[in-house]
Amino acid sequence: MKPAKKRGHSTPGPRAMKKMTEEVVLMEPELSASEDEDDGDAERKHQRLLDAISALGGSKRKKKSERTEASLQVSEFGISAEGVREKVCLSDLIKPIKKEKALKKMKSQLGIIKPKKSLELPMNKAEEQKILRQAAYQKSSQEVSRWKKVVTENRKAEQLVFPLNEQPLRPAPIEENLTAWKARTPLEMEIFSMLHKHKQPIVAPVLTPMEKASIKAMSLEEAKRRRIELQRARILQSYYQVKARRERKIKSKSYRKVKKKGRMKQSLKIFEELRKTNPEAALEELEKLEKDRIQERMSLKHQKTGKWAKSRAIMAKYDDEARKAMQEQLQKHKELTTKIAVVTEEKEEEEREEEEEQQEIIPDFVNDAQMSLEGANPWMTGKLRSDAKDAGTAEEAQGQVEAAAKSNEPEKEESEEEAESEEETSLREFQDRRRLRKQLGVEESLTPDSGSAAGVAAQDHAREVSQFNRMFQKMLEENKKEQKLQKKLNATAAVEEKEKKKAEVEEQKRSQEEEEDEEEDPLIIEGMDRTRTMEDLETLRTRETLEELMTPQKPPDKTPQQKPPDKTPQQKKKKAQIISAKDVLAAKAPRVHAPLLPTMMDTEEEEADEKKQKMIIKEAFAGDDVIGDFLKEKRKAIEDAKPKDICLALPGWGSWGGTNLPISAKKKRRFTLKAPPPPPRKDDKLPNVIISENRNKAFAAHQPYVPVKFQKRCENFLRTPIGSTWNPERAVQQLTAPKVVTKTGHIIEPITDDFLQKSEVQGADPTKVLEKELQQLEEKIKRETQTKDPRPQEKNKGHKKSTKSKHNNKKK
Amino acid sequence: MKVKVLCRNPDNYVRETKKDLPKVPRNYDPSLHPFEIPREYTRALNATKLDRVFAKPFVAALEGHRDGINCISKHPKSLSTVLSGACDGEVKIWNLSTRKCTRTVQAHEGFVRGMCVRFCGNSFFTVSDDKTVKQWKMEGPAYGEQEEPLHTVLGKSVYTGVDHHWTDALFATCGQQVDIWDEQRNSPMQSYSWGVDSVSSVRFNPVEVNILASCASDRSIVLYDVRMPTPLKKFILSMRTNVICWNPMEAFIFTAANENYELFTYDMRRLDEPLRLHTGHLSAVLDVDYSPTGKEFVSASFDKTIRIFPYDSGQSREVYHTKRMQHVTCVRWSSDNRYILSGSDEMNIRVWKANASEKLGLLSPRERNAKDYNKKLMEKFQHHAQVKRIARNRHLPRSTYMQMKEHRTMLAARLKKEENRRKHSKPGTVPKISKKKAAVVAVVE
Repeated sequence: MKPAKKRGHSTPGPRAMKKMTEEVVLMEPELSASEDEDDGDAERKHQRLLDAISALGGSKRKKKSERTEASLQVSEFGISAEGVREKVCLSDLIKPIKKEKALKKMKSQLGIIKPKKSLELPMNKAEEQKILRQAAYQKSSQEVSRWKKVVTENRKAEQLVFPLNEQPLRPAPIEENLTAWKARTPLEMEIFSMLHKHKQPIVAPVLTPMEKASIKAMSLEEAKRRRIELQRARILQSYYQVKARRERKIKSKSYRKVKKKGRMKQSLKIFEELRKTNPEAALEELEKLEKDRIQERMSLKHQKTGKWAKSRAIMAKYDDEARKAMQEQLQKHKELTTKIAVVTEEKEEEEREEEEEQQEIIPDFVNDAQMSLEGANPWMTGKLRSDAKDAGTAEEAQGQVEAAAKSNEPEKEESEEEAESEEETSLREFQDRRRLRKQLGVEESLTPDSGSAAGVAAQDHAREVSQFNRMFQKMLEENKKEQKLQKKLNATAAVEEKEKKKAEVEEQKRSQEEEEDEEEDPLIIEGMDRTRTMEDLETLRTRETLEELMTPQKPPDKTPQQKPPDKTPQQKKKKAQIISAKDVLAAKAPRVHAPLLPTMMDTEEEEADEKKQKMIIKEAFAGDDVIGDFLKEKRKAIEDAKPKDICLALPGWGSWGGTNLPISAKKKRRFTLKAPPPPPRKDDKLPNVIISENRNKAFAAHQPYVPVKFQKRCENFLRTPIGSTWNPERAVQQLTAPKVVTKTGHIIEPITDDFLQKSEVQGADPTKVLEKELQQLEEKIKRETQTKDPRPQEKNKGHKKSTKSKHNNKKK
Repeated sequence: MKVKVLCRNPDNYVRETKKDLPKVPRNYDPSLHPFEIPREYTRALNATKLDRVFAKPFVAALEGHRDGINCISKHPKSLSTVLSGACDGEVKIWNLSTRKCTRTVQAHEGFVRGMCVRFCGNSFFTVSDDKTVKQWKMEGPAYGEQEEPLHTVLGKSVYTGVDHHWTDALFATCGQQVDIWDEQRNSPMQSYSWGVDSVSSVRFNPVEVNILASCASDRSIVLYDVRMPTPLKKFILSMRTNVICWNPMEAFIFTAANENYELFTYDMRRLDEPLRLHTGHLSAVLDVDYSPTGKEFVSASFDKTIRIFPYDSGQSREVYHTKRMQHVTCVRWSSDNRYILSGSDEMNIRVWKANASEKLGLLSPRERNAKDYNKKLMEKFQHHAQVKRIARNRHLPRSTYMQMKEHRTMLAARLKKEENRRKHSKPGTVPKISKKKAAVVAVVE
């Protein structure tokens, strides 16, 4: 042990001393090798011998007690102190035997003998105890850990019924209860003899030998599992068949296009992988690509000379669509034939930024609101009317005209973008990016420059189409310049490392925060107030709401005044383009031709009903100018939210004394603090919404405060009613099942070992997992088969597209 | 002319026998039952209010002791039997259903420091300041017999606690050291000592029956295994632990009632940091006992209150107090998870409901369903401000309330001071130590 050794060094105990002397002894033969010492030795021995002889003489002289240590020190006076502390060792003794040949054998044996090393010190008792304790603790904590699984299971359990180990009653077989039972009556005798004859079992378990053998052969469990596996294989097969058949039948061009793109992307991915793993193969691929390009150049596939192309060319004058198709084709040709140019990352980023700038400004539903059902009350249909007749004042009407001009641009763009997106809906990646852009758009609520917007949009289109190409280009470049790539890789690695570090730091922070979070809300609030009746509780409630309002737990959002009005010039520029909500709202919306009625045809009766309903509503709200009211309300809300100027003027120098005298206008002007311009409102772009960012005191009391991480779960939980009004009996029972069930009058004993064993046995049931999987698969197949041929949908889409494009033309 | 007549199929509404439940046709079409969330919210609010209105946890007080009560123990086989030991050496056995004392034993001459019932329920052990360990029969002496212990062991020093093994004929006492006794012998089988301080309490693990833990006045908690010749591990807290209690459903979890107003829940395998701190008491925590389900525990404190903590929460869900209850010295949770028993300085044993608003007695199925539904509703809307406020409101006596305020101020001041120190010293020199980390001073191997 380490500590023991240490101790030995610091204070040499008896054992350590012994060791040292041993070392001396071991060294002796070397010393004695020199001749002088040999001589000295002999002399000394001689002296000793003489002494011994004289002692034999009987004269009892007192032996002088000599301090041998002292002699060592006085050696400089010529007195030899040699051999004072030396010990006689084995080699000395053997010396005289050396010459004798008879003892040769013994000599060799003696040579083997070596002084043994001394044993280690027995360990300090405290140390020993410590080790023992450590071992014991380890063992027992290991033993305890076997409960881990049971504990976690019990903690997670939806419902625990205590006492845990209570077993349900079951009827015991007769054989157990009646041991001394024997067949007595002749009938019984006969039956038993029959049973014996046919080797049928008499006592439970009632199994024939055959049955037993069969059970042994394959357990039920295993059989089940095998059956399920087979079933699964069959289902999988049929699933893929169905899928393949369905896909093969699809005639939609756009679908094929998307599919093709997908394939391209896939191949790109593979290519990239190849490039990493097997550069030679990648090179081959590249060559293939090059070949494609050459072929394209040679052929006239995507040029004007084809039959179809010619016909388009003729039509192009009159038909916009044809022109577009033509352009597309040419574009494709261009793409295919261009030799790959270098596109750096910076450029790409720039482009991306541009793209981002180029987002939609108004969410889709704004447009939805503007195409309305004529005549119906807009609140009832959930849509806002577009015509200006109802809009009330002349001022508003004017506003509409202005807005119409402004809102045209984004409108067009958006529709364009939509058209693009429809082509690529199934490419998830793309969609995601789009969504992100949309979100950004809503947040920033900006409109692009109307002049450049159209151009940018066109570019955008081209960019998106050639995105695939660009990626390829980049890759090629990388392939050519391996060094660069490596540098880049290094750089990215560094960046990744940085990110990792960042992530770690963040994680640490988070964990710290979590720790802090652990100081949770108290489960109870203790106060001196007693609440015994419902009335007390009622007052408690109101008080609470007041309290909560007084102490803002979390400032929900900054009040308008708090926001610093610092804005970059860019933002300012954009702000100039912001369309005022009022204008948009009252604008005469361009018609969007889309199927207003649901695609499903209603029965006549329902229609009649609806009409009736509408009539009733119309009558009921005959005098109301709902839109006008709403607009007024909104204007008022906006006005209220604006920060007011503060007049700090006081009477004093230069003004007349006395009460009720007006302060001069000059003074007022001088001492008025001008309020900063109000921050942009969230509902600026949303014509039919008022978003109030102030906390409503009346609502506060009824709103839950849930930590953010649980919010989603909580919402879902709240949404599903659990009462018997909405759910059938069984469902209610399940929904309201308490977490812990105890039985009256039953003693709940601590958990025992057999529970542990039970849980181990229950552990994992593979058949259950398989069954679940199977179910999922089957459901999937059902869904697949249910979805009809997508063609009609495609057609619909096409229709929409065309209407939109027409609409665009009109605008142009 | 065709005449249409309303008719119904009698199968739809006639019961086959009189005992059949009448059919209640219901239409679950959601359009027929609108506003489900607001309606349920209102129901939840009402349920919460009713819950608070009916929250009357106090059931009964058992009077009869002539001195402060020092220990209580439950009978392992009988729900209605409870034993209590007082400071004058008297032990009383109570029948809870009749709320009467069935037997009184003058067991010792000093405090009855510890008491435990044998797992079979036939006898119980008491230890005392008079340096004796006595084993008593659960049944009283027959007519003409004298009240005498089955066994008496004279020890060398004062005993402060006793606990019985859950399955074997072993028991452990503590005093100057922890002794493991065989019931048949007059000297301990095994003695553990680690350090020189006196051990205040010892408890066997109900699940892993051979493990036990003790707490000593040198602020340490020591774990032992009966099969091992040495203790397992010792760890030292910032203040003294009065009692520990093992979770009856989770073998490696135990909770320690500490002098610093807090309770610590530990995992036996990781002693360097408690799993949880349970705060809320305003004075030293004197006793703790787990509910038999292992989901909650109850603690008794010097601040004259009892608190119920969920096992995984840092705060108590309930606080019980009455005007006349003084320092609560001992507390037990009944084995059917229904009641809590507390013994206090002023000589009374009090019986409380574990769930304050629970109805006593049998529940009809409809009542049970309503109870479950209400409970679920309260859980569902627990984060809504009104529900939350009503559900959480508890009354505290003025003195305790003031104490709480004072304690809070103190804590805040301490925190602020530390924060200030951190602010004005070199960054990194005053590290932020979590409360959990600070709880354990050292772990000794």
